[in-house]
Amino acid sequence: MSTLRLVNLQKRYENGFEAVPGLDLEIHDGEFLVLVGPSGCGKSTVLRMVAGLEDITGGDLLIDDVVVNGMGPQQRDIAMVFQSYALYPNMTVADNIAFAMKLRKTDKEEIKAKVAEVAELLELTAVLDRKPGQLSGGQRQRVAMGRAIVRNPKLFLMDEPLSNLDAKLRVQTRGEISKLQRRLGVTTMYVTHDQIEAMTMGDRVAVLRRGVLMQCASPAELYQSPQNLFVGQFIGSPSMNVVRGSVGNGDGDDLTVSIGSQLITLTGEAAHRLEGLRDYIGRDIAIGIRSEALGDDGTASINVEVDLVEMLGSELLVHCTIDAPAVRAIDSGVEISDQPESSIVASLDPRNPVKVGDRLQLTVDTLRMHAFDLESGDAIGRS
Amino acid sequence: MRLQLVKAAEHGAVVNWPFDQPLAEWSIEGMQKVAGLHRHVVRMVEVGQTSYVVKELPDPLAEREWRLLRELAEAGLPTAEVVGVVTGRQDEADGLLITRHLDFSLPYRTLLAGRGLRIPYLGERLLDALAGLLVRVHLAGFYWGDCSLSNTLFRRDAGALSAYIIDVETGERHEQLSSGQRQLDLQIATENVLGGLLDLQMGGLLSEGIDPVETALAIEQSYERLWLELTGIDEFNADETFRVDQRLRRLHDLGFDAAELELVTTLDSSRLRLVPRVVEHGFHAQKLRTLTGLEAGENQARRLLNDISRYKAVVEKRSGCKVIESVAATRWLEERFERALAGIPAELASKLEPAELYHQVLEHRWFLSERAGGDVGIDETVASYVADVLTNAPGEQMVTPDEP
Repeated sequence: MSTLRLVNLQKRYENGFEAVPGLDLEIHDGEFLVLVGPSGCGKSTVLRMVAGLEDITGGDLLIDDVVVNGMGPQQRDIAMVFQSYALYPNMTVADNIAFAMKLRKTDKEEIKAKVAEVAELLELTAVLDRKPGQLSGGQRQRVAMGRAIVRNPKLFLMDEPLSNLDAKLRVQTRGEISKLQRRLGVTTMYVTHDQIEAMTMGDRVAVLRRGVLMQCASPAELYQSPQNLFVGQFIGSPSMNVVRGSVGNGDGDDLTVSIGSQLITLTGEAAHRLEGLRDYIGRDIAIGIRSEALGDDGTASINVEVDLVEMLGSELLVHCTIDAPAVRAIDSGVEISDQPESSIVASLDPRNPVKVGDRLQLTVDTLRMHAFDLESGDAIGRS
Repeated sequence: MRLQLVKAAEHGAVVNWPFDQPLAEWSIEGMQKVAGLHRHVVRMVEVGQTSYVVKELPDPLAEREWRLLRELAEAGLPTAEVVGVVTGRQDEADGLLITRHLDFSLPYRTLLAGRGLRIPYLGERLLDALAGLLVRVHLAGFYWGDCSLSNTLFRRDAGALSAYIIDVETGERHEQLSSGQRQLDLQIATENVLGGLLDLQMGGLLSEGIDPVETALAIEQSYERLWLELTGIDEFNADETFRVDQRLRRLHDLGFDAAELELVTTLDSSRLRLVPRVVEHGFHAQKLRTLTGLEAGENQARRLLNDISRYKAVVEKRSGCKVIESVAATRWLEERFERALAGIPAELASKLEPAELYHQVLEHRWFLSERAGGDVGIDETVASYVADVLTNAPGEQMVTPDEP
């Protein structure tokens, strides 16, 4: 049982490139934390610093409250899972799991007991005497994991372990890893560029951008309450619709948001949720609406023209044009498109008969609307 | 579909392969399965005198391995010769990486089962070759990530072995490796070698006298020793500059040469600090190539260079005058090397590389001379070697491992 703490952890290369300017992050005992971000965001660099593969140039790395900055990978007692999937065909499952313990001259009885324990955890007890050729694909995968587990590591580190698998196997293995991690309760840091993988696997997800932590929270919180435009757009598929709008005063405590030629009124709880917008009255902001907040259920509505319809079975993705410029998070901040129109996506009931070219009135669930500052990209919420 | 091919004129036949079909379903002439431990479908295809290895793996991995193998080759590291890569196949099928099979290479399963011509101290030779390879890839800033017996091929090298990296799926190229990366790579190599050896042992395929645990553990020591010798800093008094020459000799003995050395005086100028900056492998092979044009492994080259020196001494003694090295080498090539190989029937000569054959003839001569109590001539040696050794030895130009 272990904890991992990154205190102002830094990585600067000799050429002056600052991959990680200073990261603070804590992974609790038994927690499954996923580091996610686009290519080049520094997530693998962070994992490699934790593994002892990259030298730390500043800050501290603590495992169980002990600073391990100067320790090599072996001394840190961590397991890089899925380094190799190779199973040895002439060796039994038990031998495949145990053989590396021979290098550490572990006592035979101890090896036997440890293998039995791991086999039970991995539901491999019944096949311990079999050869890999007699196992199913899933069983083989578990034997490979058993080799990492049998060492009793303090931490599991996984760097894009599913990236080599095809889509179907990736989904299946994703579930296997999650289940196993929960059963074992080993503190785990998992790196991926795939936000779906992050959201489905992690107890908490840390979103990185250019080596800076943008937000670390549960998947639900990240999705429902992104702290900035980058997280709002990075998390979720389809990506959050974000367009430029302007804030105005409504009747009484109401607020209004203009999107192109259309006006949305925020009343009651919706206005209260976005109370911070009162500081923006008369100014432009970025309005974020997820695809499922558009459609069948809401208090406001917008008119759009349908460009494309995608039937996914469980939902209908309708791509529409709206007369407001798109806004997106970029490396240097926020970018507003110079095109006066943009495309938004609505997720509708699959039985909806909508077709390309239709004019559509989409309702907007204002309780699920997001607002962001156009300069900083920070979320605007309750003030 | 996109096929990228190097030396297209040489590998033109590749273009006609059925890239629209899954590799497992190919049925073209010269096709063979490749036994051993593979994560992907792997096949061998023989076209005339050339054999190709084809591996099916996802596009990004195929592209990456293609790039890494080329980078390794450009860095002068011993690796599989990359021929082509196929990506963007129809129905989102995985890509294909095509490499040329390394002629005269021996898979570890064949080698460790003790088949073919005997190699003395096989376990030690194997670990020395693997540790040497790992040191060389690390010096070039390359993290392997899965150094194992099955990801390596071995070639005979005058009683020793030289190792070639053939699978770099998990590799990464860096400007320089951190000590943590080297440590982890070494740890992975040690565990993988133990796994490979134990697997052979449990399958009854490991020749006697090789202890899997001791052999695997010895890789770490062998690696650390070599790494220290190649990169360690020497410090000595300012009037002991002969130590530079000593260090160079030690590097040469290990088959390396220092292309760049750095000598720094200490603050009080009383001592010098020597740091080898650019260390390259192949000192003897390069020298042999310059003198004779022959291609050989590092140990084979060392052996042949010694024979050239001996030959030069004999000629000088006989003629009573000095002979320059390049002249001696040219005469040696004609009178010794080519003469010995000419005595071997063509159908047997293709069993081993020329340099290895010559080394074996020299070994055989030593054996015959010792038994006879005096020097045995080269022609007599060759005749005996052919009759007693080579005729019964398996050909090694193209060896594929047996099923596990």
